[in-house]
Amino acid sequence: MSSILEIKDLNVSYGGIKAVKDISFHVEEGEIVTLIGANGAGKSSTLRSIVGLEKPESGSILFNEKEIASLPTDRIVVEGITLVPEGRRVFSDLTVLENLKIGAYMRKDALDEDIKWVYDLFPRLKERSWQLAGTLSGGEQQMLAIGRALMSRPKLIMMDEPSLGLAPIIVQGVFDIIREINKQGVTILLVEQNANMALKAAHRAYVMETGRITLSGTGKELAENEEIKAAYLGKSKEANV
Amino acid sequence: MSKTKKITWNVGLIAALLIILFILEQVLPSGSMLFTVLKKGAIYALVAVSMNLLNGFTGLFSLGQAGFMLLGAYTYAILTIPSASRASVYQYYNGGIINFALPVPIALIAGGLVAAIFAFLIGLPVLRLKSDYLAIATLGFAEIIRAVFQWDKLGPVTNGSNLLRSFPTFHSVLYPFIVSGICIALIVLLINSTYGRAFKAIRDDEIAAEAMGINLAHHKRLAFVISSFFAGVSGGLLAMYQTTIQASMFKSAMTYEILLIVVIGGIGSVTGSCISSFLFIACSEWWLRFLDNENLYIGSFHVPLLRPGFRKVVFAIVIMAMVLFYRQGIMGTREFSVEGCYNFFQKRFGKKSVKKAGDTHEQ
Repeated sequence: MSSILEIKDLNVSYGGIKAVKDISFHVEEGEIVTLIGANGAGKSSTLRSIVGLEKPESGSILFNEKEIASLPTDRIVVEGITLVPEGRRVFSDLTVLENLKIGAYMRKDALDEDIKWVYDLFPRLKERSWQLAGTLSGGEQQMLAIGRALMSRPKLIMMDEPSLGLAPIIVQGVFDIIREINKQGVTILLVEQNANMALKAAHRAYVMETGRITLSGTGKELAENEEIKAAYLGKSKEANV
Repeated sequence: MSKTKKITWNVGLIAALLIILFILEQVLPSGSMLFTVLKKGAIYALVAVSMNLLNGFTGLFSLGQAGFMLLGAYTYAILTIPSASRASVYQYYNGGIINFALPVPIALIAGGLVAAIFAFLIGLPVLRLKSDYLAIATLGFAEIIRAVFQWDKLGPVTNGSNLLRSFPTFHSVLYPFIVSGICIALIVLLINSTYGRAFKAIRDDEIAAEAMGINLAHHKRLAFVISSFFAGVSGGLLAMYQTTIQASMFKSAMTYEILLIVVIGGIGSVTGSCISSFLFIACSEWWLRFLDNENLYIGSFHVPLLRPGFRKVVFAIVIMAMVLFYRQGIMGTREFSVEGCYNFFQKRFGKKSVKKAGDTHEQ
């Protein structure tokens, strides 16, 4: 396996405030990797700078050994990275099908096969093909946001808090889908506050705190780490002793 | 409905409309108010649709439409005044400095192009702004352009603050209908293309659109330039309709009239803009004229408040009521279509009466 994404000494700041400080990590092809951490730890900023929505201050972002840190977003999408933005952000006044077509905006070839693929993954979307995206439920909108991102045929799909604001049973469904997509060969970089679910699904994980990566390991290792349990999984140290 | 059937219906309707207009022209006296409404309505429909492309489909709240119409109107007029008449038109500027006249269609397109070039240039800085700020900047641009065109130093080209006249005009009501129709059809094709879908995505959610790889700056500029092109063409048509033009016509009040049409028709509906354009022009030029009559009596009752200009008050009230209670306008974001009507009648009256309705239509 080779690194599909390699981040070295990445810094991102907003008007003098450093959101991401010298972080380095890598994602291997075919993996699910998750970044977990509290609010304001810099997880979203990291994703946004990888996809070019935020200009990194310094550092390098290698995608398939190509430097992409200075590329605009549309070029990065063509290279094969797509972001599922936080809070779903579907195009509410467009139909489900139109949303999917927008996802493939940068592609010039035929879409029929991919639309069928997405509809196979999410049969609910097929039923609602002609419905306006704004009228879907939260869970369905999250499915649509993921399906829309898949339409660009990404090699790496990055998801920013896919479980945000969803009922627990729906969250389970979202993570099932994430595993399914991964099985079909798409590498996934996942940012989550729902550390429990994320660590279960991920092959490897990184913990971010105030802009730095403080811990890393396999999903299983971290899920059993006492400090992680105390800080993110809501189990106190004493209770487990 | 099959695609070919839809196309035949649409072509048939357009042909029927043109034939009806042609017959009306033969039957009614040429001074009839109806023709004023139809001509001006067709021109305003084009500029309203162009504004809708920007405000309704791309989500850019721009108020520069009058400025771009001015550019189109002046370009058209300056390029088409026959050489023989130039001495009398530019009497204060020794006949001006332009000594050729272009054919009408080329001048109309040139008018659109000049408006588009200006849109491109001011779009570079201005499109970085959002919502209200963009509206203020574009409104300012329109006012500045109007002042610049009245500037004495530019007189040899623009004739300063004097009238431009003697350029070719149209007489038949078919002319603005055909030109506007072609332009609106082009806009509709654009809206239904992948570009149009990208515009709508930008309107719905800029961040998500950007994350999908849509280049925001490029697409916003594209929408702005195309919208301004068609505003320029409609400005040229307006010049033809008015037969004389002057920069002072293109005040911000004109932009507000267009905005009113767009809002009443439904922000995001092309057919809504067209319908409300004719309604608005009919009201302002014809049906509500009686409100300007100071001595209106119903029986022996002298209606109070009425005086010249009172009809404008009605529009102000209408727009307030619309914004408060009926924000989606006549059409909302829906479109009037043959298929829609067909489905509507089918739902309402079942299959048999649809056939009947179809029959009566064909007669």
